[in-house]
This record gives sequence, structure tokens and C-alpha cells, in this order.
Amino acid sequence: MRIEPVIPKTRRRSGTALRVAIIGGAGLVLFGILFFRLWSLQVVTGDRYLAEATENRTREIRIRPPRGRILDRDGNVLVDNRTSMALQLDPLEVPSAIPARRKLFKSIAGVMDRDFDWVRRRYRIEIKDNPPGSPVTLADDVGDDLVFYLQEHQAEYPEIQVNRIFVRKYPQGYEAAHLLGSVGEVTADDLANSDDPSIEAGDSLGKAGIEQTYDDTLRGSAGETKYQVDSTGKVKRQLTALTPKPGNSLRLTLSQVVQNAGEAALSSIGLPGAFVAMDVNTGEVFGMGSGPTFDPSIFTHPLSQKQANALFDEDQGAPMFNRAIGSQYPVGSIYKPITALAALDAGDITPSTVVNDTGSVKIADQDFDNAGKEAHGPVDMRRSLQVSSDVYYYLLGAKMNGTNQLQKWSDQFGIGRTTGIDLPGESAGFLPSRKAVNELHREEPKLLDPWVIGDNIQLAIGQGSLQADPLQMAVAYAALGNGGDVLKPRLVLQTEDAAGRVLEETEPEVVRHIPIDPGDRDVIMSGLHDAAQTPEGTSYKVFGGFPVPVAGKTGTAERPPHGDQAWYSVMAPYPNPEIVVTTTIEEGGFGADTAAPVALQILSAYFDKQAKAVSGGTGAVE
Amino acid sequence: MESSRVSRGEVQSFHHRVSLLDRVGVRGMDGWMAFSALGLLACSLFTLHQGSRNAIPGSPDYYMQHQALYGLVGIVAMFLISRVDYSRFRELRVGIYTFLCSSIFAVFAFGVAARGSTNSLELPFFTFQPAELGKLLLVLSLAGFVIDGARRGSEGKRTIRYLALGFAPTGLVLLQDLGTSLVFGAITLAIMVAAGVRWTHLVAISGVLATVIAIVLVAMPMAGAPLLKEYQQERLTSFLEPSSDIGDGGYQQNQAKVAAGSGGTTGRGDQATQSRLGFLPENHTDFIFAVVAERYGFVGAALVLSLFALLFWRALRLMTLSKNFYGTLVAAGIAAAIMFQVFVNVGMNLGIMPITGIPLPLMSYGGSAVIATFLMIGVLQSIHIQSRAGQRGAWIP
Repeated sequence: MRIEPVIPKTRRRSGTALRVAIIGGAGLVLFGILFFRLWSLQVVTGDRYLAEATENRTREIRIRPPRGRILDRDGNVLVDNRTSMALQLDPLEVPSAIPARRKLFKSIAGVMDRDFDWVRRRYRIEIKDNPPGSPVTLADDVGDDLVFYLQEHQAEYPEIQVNRIFVRKYPQGYEAAHLLGSVGEVTADDLANSDDPSIEAGDSLGKAGIEQTYDDTLRGSAGETKYQVDSTGKVKRQLTALTPKPGNSLRLTLSQVVQNAGEAALSSIGLPGAFVAMDVNTGEVFGMGSGPTFDPSIFTHPLSQKQANALFDEDQGAPMFNRAIGSQYPVGSIYKPITALAALDAGDITPSTVVNDTGSVKIADQDFDNAGKEAHGPVDMRRSLQVSSDVYYYLLGAKMNGTNQLQKWSDQFGIGRTTGIDLPGESAGFLPSRKAVNELHREEPKLLDPWVIGDNIQLAIGQGSLQADPLQMAVAYAALGNGGDVLKPRLVLQTEDAAGRVLEETEPEVVRHIPIDPGDRDVIMSGLHDAAQTPEGTSYKVFGGFPVPVAGKTGTAERPPHGDQAWYSVMAPYPNPEIVVTTTIEEGGFGADTAAPVALQILSAYFDKQAKAVSGGTGAVE
Repeated sequence: MESSRVSRGEVQSFHHRVSLLDRVGVRGMDGWMAFSALGLLACSLFTLHQGSRNAIPGSPDYYMQHQALYGLVGIVAMFLISRVDYSRFRELRVGIYTFLCSSIFAVFAFGVAARGSTNSLELPFFTFQPAELGKLLLVLSLAGFVIDGARRGSEGKRTIRYLALGFAPTGLVLLQDLGTSLVFGAITLAIMVAAGVRWTHLVAISGVLATVIAIVLVAMPMAGAPLLKEYQQERLTSFLEPSSDIGDGGYQQNQAKVAAGSGGTTGRGDQATQSRLGFLPENHTDFIFAVVAERYGFVGAALVLSLFALLFWRALRLMTLSKNFYGTLVAAGIAAAIMFQVFVNVGMNLGIMPITGIPLPLMSYGGSAVIATFLMIGVLQSIHIQSRAGQRGAWIP
């Protein structure tokens, strides 16, 4: 065992005691300092630090994701994104005192090479609709020179931010402009009306078309970087970051060849009009367009008042108006199949009943004439469709006046109802009935006269106060073509994620089934086939030489004070159609002159593509 | 508390009573010291439980649970080491000293970086910081060398020998972690004070240290040849003018001070935005005292400080109770190590000391520090047990 070092006991005791006292004294002093500091910090000046702590703020900077892309059914990109540098102003940084604000605007004007009034006006316009606190975009697509300059001189312009934003681009130009819709910054009204908590000031929302309907899908979710800022707003450091999630993409049912053929044919006519091409059995819309059209990229920049006016100007054909789903026209003779089915169902007539068409008929002391008083002689149902005998249908309309039978069947076919297509802005149109007309007359006597038998007679040939749009007629024809299923037309085939994986496929939806007697259907289909492809048919001159058997009906509707509204509705291939095309041209005159040629172009394109697909890309129709 | 009363009764009545505490093996332990250590650990767990809930998404009690595990290991280690006669460590001083220096060297060779400084070794199951255990190792070995050489050489030579022995590991650690090296320096000085080094020598050493600090922090940067890296320099000086907001150092200092100050008398509880919203960095380790101060106010912070004061007093008391001079020196070294760390860490949290990554003993989250501190307390308990054993040996026939 080791020997303990010998240290004199007395010296150790006294020395140790002193040194313990010294170390203890030092400890006492240090603890004293800590307690005193703690007390002065917390108890004496605590309120000051509490105020400072509550003033400690975080600033969240939202990172907005790119919206999903919109493709057509073959994968052609209709709507994509590009990045753009936007010059933005934080409204909270803009001084409220007039001289300071003038100074700021002047310096901004200097940087942007604009004049003071321009900056002030831009700011006013932007701030008006913006929700409080959202950045004011003075200019997007700022040039690199300006971006670099501002980055280098950030300290001189603390109020100005140059932010990278995503802007929509349209690789296919004008294609499907009415369907795609537009994207815009969220407005104060949007925020107030939305119950989606993820939408914040400064975000972009779909404002029309597909962009609006499928905004939830396309928008994605914003990310956020959280910064700690001091009381002067200077960023101290980054706290957390949440990465943004890009929006999902949509693959539309549109077929580019069909869409382009329709748009080209429509614009070659040069009159306002619309077309719808739809799958008879699934409701998938292959093409839909309205003329005149517009450049969808116009909405990626702030619109000038002149541009905005032009889009809605009636004299220029109101290009923004989607006539395919929002128009309200009388439809003329393309209505006759509905009348025929209603009459057959009621037993008012049989397919073989013959009516002698002398060109005019007197009912309730009033003359009802064929177009040009042309006499068609003895006509049965099939021939009545082939030659489009009005007299035949006047008589049916008169017969069904008291029963509401025509209205019941019209309603079943979707007249007077919206189709439920996945686009905003659809009109229901108007289905005249005794009740509806008389109600409207009570409300506005100048608009409509009370119901008389003539109203039902006019309805039988798609005239009078009937109002419908091409989409409604396409859906009605599809129901006839497929044996009675009223389909919900749809534009979206499937949802895909940013990498192109399919997330969700949309399924065909049958809204209701009409109990159409198959025999009745066959008679009407054959009548429509005759009308399109037999020498006496109304559209024989257009479809007589078409290689695919079709069933189509012309319509020429009186629409005072305007010229006659031309219509054409056609299904192909006859007798078991897969596609229905409905076209209409304002003031297009006789349906076979303007509307039918547009439909022909569309069908040609459709069957051309199909033939190419079958023969591996080399074949053509025939 | 209980054991203390029992032990005092034993000493006075000369009776050996077999109490419950005796049976579980804590006979002879200083109850107040154990109470303060366990109390501080409890405060740490409570604060981590309430204050670090958002630190790791999905596991709100991650830090609390891990700290509890470290604490458990530490308590067991404390019991085991308290059963050992600390005087054995004097005999092992050369081995301990060698292990101390080589473990610090090992960090240079195999160390992994954590929080900006390389001071850890990656062991299976555990990232070990040798410098934490090194504090105790330095105390045990340096005190041994002091006893060993108490009669050799002149007083001046002895002073230089102590300095050389103490400052060698201090210098090594300085290259890794400034804060820990300061603790090493404090231990060396405290043992020298307790060992009876001449006052004139102590004053001279203090003078030299002050001059070196002045040169490193003021003169050399001004001369354009800074020894410390810029962030180190900034951390050390920012407490002098924290609001000047020169960067990260000043930011942390200021946020800690604001956090502590905003706690007021009774604390902000769950309204404690500074720590909860992440303004306060490292709020489970270096700045845990600011969390206590913000959440529980002066009442809570003073309670923690009082527990440290109790611990310090009980350690100091052992300097006079110790059965031999080695125990006195060891108690002095450990008391100084704890006191110094508490002062620097709490001072840093309250904005009166520079930012040096010194953890608050038993409070800051971290396995190495918690276990090493419990080992220190275990050695102190050993001194206490041995002192009573010696007394009993003297008085009981």
C-alpha cells in the first residue's frame, strides 16, 4: 500500500480552510452574479424583452409550384409553363405618405424606363382587385438587363422584388382557346368566395375553361420558406422550408386533327359559329370550337382596356364567347328527329303514315309554310327527314299540343337542361312549354306572347322560342345514335402526375336513359342517312360522295332580326355511329351551304386519322 | 435528503443501522448531492419534454427519452464508481493521464464533426466526446501528480510542473473545442489553488493569461493576423455588443437574452415563442437554460441555479471532509469544473458571457456530458463514503 504523503496536519488544515474559502468565495461571487443578472433580466427588465420577443416575426415566402400541363388525347401539349421574371412591389413597403410614394414611383419609373404616370396607373389597377398584402406585379417578362441591374442594386430599391413566376404558354397557338381557359391572380372576391384554405393572396387560379374547372388538379400545392425577420423586416435567417408540389397534368379527350379541322373549317367560313365532335358512346369530346376565336396567351399579360373590350365586342363577334356551349339559338330542322320520336311514342303516327305535303298547311286559321313553299308530295316519316318536310312536322306539333308529349321527350333529350360538361359557362337554353311560356309572359309581357298552338307547331321544327346550343344537340343526337343513353360530355380523359403517370381515368357517365323503341330509331336513322347520302337528301351535295356512310340532318333556323342560322348534325358511320358532329353558323343560311361543309371537314379528318392508325400511317380514306 | 439524515444520525449515535437506503447500496452517500443531481436531471427531462416537442417532427419526446436513457446510464455509473475508493485513481494517475491525452489525440485521427467542431468519436451505439470524460480524467490524474510531487523541487518548479501537466491537454483540446479547453484550464487553476501554490505565482499566471487573451482577441486581429477564425472571434466578442447584430453569434446571443428576459417572473409557459418558434437555436443543448428561463421565468431559472448552488456547496464541503488530501484536490477540481461550466453556460444564456459551446451540466441534452457529470458526482460520492468510513474506523472500536 502506498504511503500517504506526509503533510503537516496543522498546515493542511489552515491552508485548506483558506483555500476552500477562496474557491467557495469565488463560487459565491459567480452564483451571485448569475442570480443578480437573472433577476435584473427577468424581473426588472422582463417587460422590455417580452415586447421584443413578441415583435420577433417570421416571414413566410410562398414558393408557387408550376401548374399542371394540359395535353390532348395524343399527348400534344396544349398548355405548358414557362418561367418569367416579374417585377413586383410589396404593397406593405410602399409608403402611404404622398411625397414618399411619389419619390418611390419616380425611382421605379426611372429603373423601368417608364414615366411616372404609367407606374402610378399600373399600381392602382393592380392594387384594386388584389387581396390585401399580395404583391403588385408592375411588369412580367422583365429583361435580363433589368434583372441583373436590380440584383446588383438591391440595396437602393428595397421595395422592388424581381421574382421568378410561372406563366402559361400555348405551344399550339390558338387551338382550343375557348376550352383551355385562362389563369389569373387570385382576387379579393376569389378569396372571399373560396373555402379552400390553401389559396392565398398572390396565387394563381384558373379563371375560365378547363383551367377553372380543374383548378384543384392543376394548381398543385405551394411550398413555403419561413424566414425570421427583425422588426425592420430584414431577413435574419431561414427557419424552415416546405417544397412546393407541382400540379397534376390533364390529358384531354380532344383529338388534334379533329380540333384543327373544325377550327380551320369554321374560320374558312368567316362567320361566327361553333362545332362539337363527340364520341357517341362515351361522351368524350373529340373537338369543340367557337368562332371567332382568340389567342389564349393574351391573358398571360395584363389586358389593356382596349384588348378586353375587343374580346367581348359584339361587332367583332365577341371572340371570348364560347358558342359551342353558351349560345342560345333556335335549331331548325335538326330538331325533327326528337319530334318524330315523341310522336311515334305517343302513337300519333306510325313510320309508314303518309302525309301529303303541298308546301303549306293551315292550322287554326294560320298558314304554316315549307321553306320556299316547296311541295314534297306524299311523305312518310323516312322521307320527311330526307327532304325535311316542315308540313309533316307542323301536323305532329299540332297533334301533340295538348299533351306535353313533345316537351317531355325534348326534356329527356336534354333540351332546356345543361349537359353537365366539365366547362364553366354552359347555358341551359330554353324549352318552350305552355307553362314555361305563360310564366315568362306574366313576368315580361313584351318578351313573349301567351302560349298558342302555333308555339308547339314551331317547336316541332325547332323554331319559335326554342333555344339550344351545339353541345346540347350533339348530346341529343348521340342519345339517338347509341339507342337512348344521354351522356355527360367530357373533356378530360385522365389525370396524370408531373412525371406522366396516370392518376385517375374519367369514366363515361350516362345521365339518363331514354326508352327509344329500336324500330323507331332505325326508321329515323335511315331517314337521316337518306338526307345525307341519297340524291334527294338535303345535304347530298355535301355528303353524297363521302366514303363513310353517315346519317345527318340540316337545319336552317329563322332567327330574326339576324339572318338564318345554319345547322348540321351528323353521325357516322351509319347505322352504328361512333362519332357525332354538330355544327352551327350564324347567318349561315341554308344548313347544307355552310354548316354541313364544316361537319364534312371534321368527319374527314376523323376518319383519315383512323385509317392512318389502321394502316400504319400511310393509308387514306377509301 | 433521506440518506443524509440517516448518515448524520449514525455518526452521532455511533450506531450502525441497516436502513432501506443501505440495502439498495447508497449507504454513506451524500443525500443532498444526490438530490441536487437527480433534481437537475428531472428539470432537464421536464424542459426537454415541454420545450423540444417540435424539434423533431413525428417524435416529440425524442430528446426527452434519449436524455432519460443517458441519465439512467449515468446514475448506474455514479453508483458503481461511488463504491470504488477514489484513492485508487491516484495510483493510476499515469495511466489515466495517458488515456486522457491519447483519447484527445484519437479525435484528431478518427474524430467526427458535430455542430461545427470536430470533438467526437464514433463508437458503436454512441457518439462519444472524449473531452467530456476528459474533465474528470484531468482532475483525477492532475490531483495525483500534485500529491506525488508535493515534496519535490522548489515551489516555482512545482508550479511550472502543474501548469505543464494541466495545460498540455488543455492546449490539445483548445485545437478542437474552445469551451472545453477553458473548462480544463479552470480545473487546472482550481487544483493549483487548492494545492497551495504560492499566491504570487497565481497572480503571475492570471496576469499572463489575461495578456494572452488580450493579444489573441484584440491585438492580433488589429494587427491583421488573427489567430482565431472569424466566427470564433465573433462568438467570443459578440456578447460585448450583442445588439450590433454582426451575424450569427450576435444573433444567438441576442435571441437567448430576449428569450430569458421575456420569461419574466413566472414564465410564459406554452406562449414561449422564442424557443417554440425556433428563434432560439440549440434550445435543447447549449441554450436550454434560456428555455427554462422563458418557459418558467425567474422562479424556474432560480430553482435550477439553486440546485447547482447546492451541488457546488456539497462538493466544496468534501474538500474539508475528505479522508486525505487527494480527495480534497479532486473535490476542488470537480467543484470548479461544475461551477465554471454553470457560470459560462448560464452567463452565455443571459448575455453576459461569450458563446462557447459549453453545455450546462446535467441539463443540456447530450449523452457524453450527462454520463461524465454523473461519473464526477460518483467520485464525489466516493470521497463522501470514504470520509465516513475513515471516521467510523477511527471511532468505532
